[in-house]
Amino acid sequence: MSRIYPIGSLAAHPPSLSPGYKSTVLRTPSRPLIRIPQTMSELSGPVFGHESVGEKDNDLTLQHAGEPLGERIIVSGRVMDEDGRPIPNTLIEVWQANAAGRYVHVVDQHPAPLDPNFSGAGRTVTDENGFYRFVTVKPGAYPWRNHHNAWRPAHIHLSLFGPSFLTRLITQMYFPGDPLFAFDPIFNSITDEKARVRLISKFDLATTEPEWALGYKFDIVLRGREQTPFEDPHHD
Amino acid sequence: MTETATRPEGITPSQTVGPFFAYALTPHAYDFPELVTGNLLAGPDAGEVSGERITITGRLFDAEGNVIPDAMIEIWQADGEGRFAGHDAALSNSAFRGFGRVECEKDGRFTFTTVKPGPLPGPDGGRQAPHVNIGLFARGLLNRLFTRFYFSDDAAAHGGDPVLALVPADQRATLIATRGSDGGKTVYNLDIHLGGGAETVFFEA
Ligand SMILES: [Fe+3]
Repeated sequence: MSRIYPIGSLAAHPPSLSPGYKSTVLRTPSRPLIRIPQTMSELSGPVFGHESVGEKDNDLTLQHAGEPLGERIIVSGRVMDEDGRPIPNTLIEVWQANAAGRYVHVVDQHPAPLDPNFSGAGRTVTDENGFYRFVTVKPGAYPWRNHHNAWRPAHIHLSLFGPSFLTRLITQMYFPGDPLFAFDPIFNSITDEKARVRLISKFDLATTEPEWALGYKFDIVLRGREQTPFEDPHHD
Repeated sequence: MTETATRPEGITPSQTVGPFFAYALTPHAYDFPELVTGNLLAGPDAGEVSGERITITGRLFDAEGNVIPDAMIEIWQADGEGRFAGHDAALSNSAFRGFGRVECEKDGRFTFTTVKPGPLPGPDGGRQAPHVNIGLFARGLLNRLFTRFYFSDDAAAHGGDPVLALVPADQRATLIATRGSDGGKTVYNLDIHLGGGAETVFFEA
């Protein structure tokens, strides 16, 4: 079966059925996934370039008349493939709760205040070296009804495309040292500890801006194509 | 700013899209501009897109037959001549992106307006029957679920399709959208079941 993206890398993902996260139980297919060849339909993917995003879409603190409440942060990093090659010009969409742990969503009934100056949605496109940068506020933890006294660690949701249908990824970025990690079935659904800690951003003094905002680094690694013999001969 | 290229220790793992994605990813009811919708034929030059105009609709169900109202469904497809936007130079200035995204409605329904894709080359010089790739995201899905659907009026081509060939014969019907019409429009219906007796076939690639 011809294959361009190695399949073994998928082991980093959580098992779809993770009963500690209750919603997985009725939403996980009972039969194993059928492995199919990687055809043109899987090896191509939608293209969203720099024209897709507004100039200020990557600054979630500028979307309203005033400044949002909370701890201003800069989240930046590099999107690359599993071979370390940068992924340029790829769309990243983000969404998050406000500093009080409240989402702008009709279904979010957490009795924490909305912030009229914060919607919590943003998007950007990586530059030619795969770098991206968002300005936002640190999201608050929030309760959910999965089990008694369940709280999600602070996180930012990220959605990425990469070069093909197979590189599509939706994930969550966490913050270092969160005391809720041990209790969160979504974070802990990733059984490989090394893979799990890759979702924790790192505080970064180099991107922290004096008198203004703390910097957090979060690199994102998407599936990578094995090099083809025509481009760059190599032997595994 | 350059960094030494080092091989990362592995890919970034997936997490659920959660229940609160709509205001960023499908924000038609919110104040953030929409980037993608379920209408693949939006835009001023949509009339030039090649392919039969169709609507694809269906409902999404969990393993006990409850509707799933809080899912996001994405589709990726070729145009009527089997060409992918962004990958075929002939489509470089086209309105057709080949990509759509919707949030399910309260009754689990999803609807896309698009064209019927043409056949595509398959592996080893073979041919793939017309199909559309689907990516499913929802609360409770830690990973994207990936499936495809085919079209009921292409039955003759289904026998030679290299992907359908991998699906047990008694499960293939879960991947076939049924052709019908509504007020003169061609409508294909495809319900998706995450479990239960009518469980849809899902793929990995
Ligand atoms: Fe969340």
